Amino acid sequence: MFKFGFTEEQLMLRDMVFDFAENELKPVAAKIDHDEKIPDEIIKKIGELGLLGAAFPEEYGGSGFGEVGYCLVQEGIGSACLSTATFVGAHVSIGTNSIYIGGDEELKQRYLPLLTSGQKIAAFALTEQGAGSDAFNLKTKAELDGNEWVINGEKLWITNGPIADVFAVYARTKKGISAFVVEKGTPGFTPGAPEKKMGIKGSQTSTLTFDNVRVPKENMIGREGHGFLIAMKTLDAGRLGLGAACLGGMKSLLKMTTQYAKERKQFDQPIANFQSVQNMLAEMAMEIYVVESILYRTAVDYDDKTMIGRQAAMVKHIASEASCKVADLAMQVHGGMGFSKELPIERYYRDARINKIFEGTNEIQKGIIARDVLKRNGQM
Amino acid sequence: MNILVCISRVPDTASRILVGSDGKNIDTQGIKFVVNPYDEFAIEEGLRLREKNGGTVTAIVVGTEASKDVLRTALAMGVDKAVLVKGKEPDDSFYVAKNLAEYAKGISPDLILLGRQSVDYDSRQMASALGELLGLPSISVVSKLTIENGKATAEKDIEGGKEVVEASLPCLISCQKGLNDPRYPKLPDIMKAKSKPIEEIVPIETQNKVTILGMSMPSKKRVGKILGAEDSDIDELVKLLHEEAKVI
Ligand SMILES: Cc1cc2nc3c(=O)[nH]c(=O)nc-3n(C[C@H](O)[C@H](O)[C@H](O)COP(=O)(O)OP(=O)(O)OC[C@H]3O[C@@H](n4cnc5c(N)ncnc54)[C@H](O)[C@@H]3O)c2cc1C
Repeated sequence: MFKFGFTEEQLMLRDMVFDFAENELKPVAAKIDHDEKIPDEIIKKIGELGLLGAAFPEEYGGSGFGEVGYCLVQEGIGSACLSTATFVGAHVSIGTNSIYIGGDEELKQRYLPLLTSGQKIAAFALTEQGAGSDAFNLKTKAELDGNEWVINGEKLWITNGPIADVFAVYARTKKGISAFVVEKGTPGFTPGAPEKKMGIKGSQTSTLTFDNVRVPKENMIGREGHGFLIAMKTLDAGRLGLGAACLGGMKSLLKMTTQYAKERKQFDQPIANFQSVQNMLAEMAMEIYVVESILYRTAVDYDDKTMIGRQAAMVKHIASEASCKVADLAMQVHGGMGFSKELPIERYYRDARINKIFEGTNEIQKGIIARDVLKRNGQM
Repeated sequence: MNILVCISRVPDTASRILVGSDGKNIDTQGIKFVVNPYDEFAIEEGLRLREKNGGTVTAIVVGTEASKDVLRTALAMGVDKAVLVKGKEPDDSFYVAKNLAEYAKGISPDLILLGRQSVDYDSRQMASALGELLGLPSISVVSKLTIENGKATAEKDIEGGKEVVEASLPCLISCQKGLNDPRYPKLPDIMKAKSKPIEEIVPIETQNKVTILGMSMPSKKRVGKILGAEDSDIDELVKLLHEEAKVI
């Protein structure tokens, strides 16, 4: 029968990440939001502690904790700062993972140790002006010229764009969509300025322009024409990490909200005495329990290689909807103080919202789930 | 330089403690156990001294099978060797000191580091008891330590100030907050700690010198005291915060 529990080393990993998040990230989270930048020292420390290599095997500089370990990392980081979790997510589960999932051995040896240790930062570049939900419609082009691929086009909304060193870029070639590694500084390659956003402000997102950008033939990730498949598989892993960051954020919100409800007095008593407030706390706890349960169950399946795409889509959808609801309830229990910048509730509220949109909108997730349901004639 | 670090396993300070049904122990259900926070300073100091001077750091705990988790944490932080004196749940400082002393005699370390106190029983006896049993100098509550030319120079927090003392090695140091910033274990080291061996030792049984008769919860908080609203009341407030509430 299904039995779930963390191993001793997973628990140690969790303790360590939550300690780090509590002591090093939480105190600077408001500043990260305000400055719209994650301090270099934080990024450096995250790399040194091995947090960017949790998911990957030792031979590539990782620590072999797999997807469960990666989710624990994202839960811990998300509990303190969702901007930082977005940076980690783009770097690990879609940037680095594009190479890990799609690349040949030579490419993996060349890039993964630098990425799993955080010496270099990665990004994932799929979306374009005309290719958001309809990613397959992307127009960026790559043509072979001698021993080099020549890339032309423009990408939009690329997380880590302004700070990354290594980009997994998806472009159209003769045989369909193919993926390439493009390094920062390659002539003709220009990341734009960070976009102004409602939330996750510390995570920098920008355009990328490619004007006759030449990369060596060996920089193709996997085989020509396999790019779309690589992107979809990569996003599966990303969706779990996204759910984990949502879970961490929700847990912090419930703690803060419970404490506030016990301390805030109206009508001569703590507001926690009122059933309406209790109902809100109960709703928050239920959402968290559901997300925690499906997330780690699915991550275990991912590591066992038995996960199917719709599971990741469900986790992404359920976790992102839950985190927006929980942030809303947290604000409601806090009343005016929740709306004030004096407390971090409004930041979590703003930061939660993006999760319904990126890594495939929730409508697109429903499409993935429904297609699978139809294919299996409703069999779970 | 060979260093022995004595650690203990205590409830996480964020846990809500309840007295168990026998009235002599705490109820451990649902409680998370961690390395005693003061012992983390001892581990960190040991590792830094090893990084500077070479040698080995051995972590030891007197406890039960369950105590292995704190040794794994010490291994993940970077100690070379982990030792478990595996017996009953320790409930008497003398029993712990006797067993630590016995192991220390066998390996004759240059330095023994431990926390200033365990935050569970708060007996604050270990550094002195161990020093006595081993016939070694023992310096307690150290917030700065330098080891040079076979000598330990230590800065201690004393009432209202600092004191600098010196002792020759081998000696014992009990560590205070401020000594260092304990490191976070790195992920690859957490993974490796799993497969590192933990040496198990059979304890020496001792007659309890002190026996626990009972435990009870603290009485409910007293209601606050309200002083006047004049400037002149501030002195009184500071005095009470210092002497009565002991928070400043
Ligand atoms: C902050 C941020 C960071 C991002 N980071 C990255 C990144 O690192 N890399 C990257 O490649 N991309 C990134 N993206 C892009 C992101 O994945 C897209 O924004 C997302 O996939 C949606 O695309 P779109 O914005 O073009 O919306 P659209 O596709 O225009 O969607 C608009 C609305 O129409 C709905 N819709 C569209 N098509 C359908 C359909 N067939 N059925 C039902 N409803 C539909 C959508 O659900 C949505 O509600 C990021 C975006 C943001 C905002």
